[in-house]
Amino acid sequence: MKNMIQLFSVLFFLLMTSPVLASIYVFACEPEWASLVDELGGERVNSYAATTAYQDPHHIEARPSLIAKIRRADLVVCSGAELESGWLPLLLRQAGNNKIKPGKIGYFEAASVVERLDIPVNLDRSSGDVHASGNPHVHLDPRRIQTIAEFLLKRLSEIDPPGSAYYKQRFNDFSQRWQQAIKQWQLQALPLKGQRIVVHHRDWVYLFDWLGIEIAAALEPKPGLPATPGHLSMLTKTLTTEPAKMIVHTPYQNPRAAKRLSQITNMPVVELPYTIGGTEQVNNLFDLFTVSLEKLNGALK
Amino acid sequence: MKKNFITLPVIIGGFSFACFYATAFAASQASFNPDITLTLDGRYGSYSNDSEYELPGFMLGGEASRGEQGFNLGHNELSFSSNVDDMLFGKLTTVVAEHEGETEVELEEAYIETLSIGDGFTIKAGRFYSDIGYMNNQHPHAWDFTDASLVYRGLFGGQLIDDGLQFSWLVPTQTYFKLGIEATRGGRFPAGGAANDGNGAYAVFAKFGGDVGVSHAWQLGFSHWRADIENRASATHEHGTGVIEVPTYSGESSVNGIDFVWKWAPNGNNREQNLKIQTEYFVRDEEGMVELDGSSPLESTTYLGEQSGWYLQSVYQFIPRWRVGYRYDRLDSDNQGSDSAVLIEAGLDNEGHTPERSTLMLDYSHSEYSRIRLQVSKDDSYEDSDTLMFIQYIVTMGAHGAHRF
Repeated sequence: MKNMIQLFSVLFFLLMTSPVLASIYVFACEPEWASLVDELGGERVNSYAATTAYQDPHHIEARPSLIAKIRRADLVVCSGAELESGWLPLLLRQAGNNKIKPGKIGYFEAASVVERLDIPVNLDRSSGDVHASGNPHVHLDPRRIQTIAEFLLKRLSEIDPPGSAYYKQRFNDFSQRWQQAIKQWQLQALPLKGQRIVVHHRDWVYLFDWLGIEIAAALEPKPGLPATPGHLSMLTKTLTTEPAKMIVHTPYQNPRAAKRLSQITNMPVVELPYTIGGTEQVNNLFDLFTVSLEKLNGALK
Repeated sequence: MKKNFITLPVIIGGFSFACFYATAFAASQASFNPDITLTLDGRYGSYSNDSEYELPGFMLGGEASRGEQGFNLGHNELSFSSNVDDMLFGKLTTVVAEHEGETEVELEEAYIETLSIGDGFTIKAGRFYSDIGYMNNQHPHAWDFTDASLVYRGLFGGQLIDDGLQFSWLVPTQTYFKLGIEATRGGRFPAGGAANDGNGAYAVFAKFGGDVGVSHAWQLGFSHWRADIENRASATHEHGTGVIEVPTYSGESSVNGIDFVWKWAPNGNNREQNLKIQTEYFVRDEEGMVELDGSSPLESTTYLGEQSGWYLQSVYQFIPRWRVGYRYDRLDSDNQGSDSAVLIEAGLDNEGHTPERSTLMLDYSHSEYSRIRLQVSKDDSYEDSDTLMFIQYIVTMGAHGAHRF
């Protein structure tokens, strides 16, 4: 009988706290933020990722479908730091949605709540497509993800106060699993410490900063400019005197230049998932780091 | 060719203002306030025939011309934009151009737009590009070809820009669906005359769009424009005797149009490869009177006209930085009047000719901010077939430009 009462009280509690229909529409510029929103928001949110792992988030057009989606959003979650400056401002202006304007609670820039690296001293486009607010690819450092999740929790609770206890509970759960995972990843990544790696674009700054990996060189002569034969032959020279372990690129970058350099230098080319959906195994943020580290370690051998 | 002239000191003032802001905000903040964009456009043009440009069956106005031969400057543009406050956004675009040896500043856009009405509503006021058609609201430096399509040249004198009010509503549907209405002054070609005390023109438009899978996106638009026109002047007509006659039109004018764009990029990643196919069709009906201003005694005719045109173009980026494009243009007209001699003098007789043009272009963009283009056309706008060649550079500096669909 006592067991029955316990069972009923648990059922009653579950019913009372079980979320009603998804109430919050979230427009995430990149899949990593849609995934983080899902971790915290569970069934109370309905998230949409505007881009995939196969699309360069710098180069998206303000397509009609995106305008229609952002028109109905309660919250916009983007990287910020000018990563989306070519398309997000235009979407916001076209949407006629006053909930999600910059400055309103419906507008959230992940990069704005964490410390950014690569902040340029001089703003000059002769140095390529640099971002005045620093490198925007902040999601590749799990410690920064933790901070962003804290801020996102506050934001979700402000937008949907009845759900705040639910979000808090999900955040605690996520946080605990995340801290556990970070410890594991750090152990897993020990062999990578101090290694030199060639990158296609400086997407990996935060990951490498976390793991103590050194960026040996970039295939792009300047950020945003495609690799040229001249630049590659210069890299070959530098890399003979100071060798590196591998070349990494994202799913949305063409591996042509990386392969060409690999043929000359015999370095392996590694396509890292970069974000959710970057490989078939990567379905959430946990998978993202686990798979990335597996691939990096695999190429080291 | 009515323009707003501002003197040279204003241009210099504008540039030093831009420079001040660019340096003042560059190192300190994430974005400039206001955003400043400077676009430079230079060309070299060559034609195979020197006769005066015409489009038989169309009264030309606005920027309707082939452009200049030899080295010349195109659309050099300085643009400022910023949020005014939490309610409004504002933008001003000036074009610095040289016309017959004089440097002029033309006010191309000067508008404010609401930011926070919500529910999909936006109101715009001031001078702006009309949202009719697909290409009309694009700045010339964003065009895929050096020049406007013939139908825009023939009907709108290049592009429809006017002073007034626009009200638009983005309907809350899964598929993109936008409705808009514009009430404007009608003081510029193709309205002209600012009939009805300065509110002579109206436009309505509807746009639909969406994605098909991750690799395809499309947009379809319908437009209608109408104006009550008083004394719209068009290209002058000179007799050997030195008398200059200006054909002018007064009456009703209405334009209906349809536009369609399809874009493809593998996995939706347009960085490597992409293809864009676009087409627009417009038809204009006019009913009124045409007079030859300056003729003595005054020559005039009744006029009932139907003019139409379309183009189909495709641009393919086959590898990063390189694009190739092809465009086909065609116009048609059927104009009637009580005095066919006056129609002929006004350029409204199509002389049994159907204007058409084929254009090929190749361009290279070193970065997102610079482009160099080679374009060759076989132009049969009128009886004397012409081969046109342009080499053009376009660069933009300052605030990051928008990636429009």
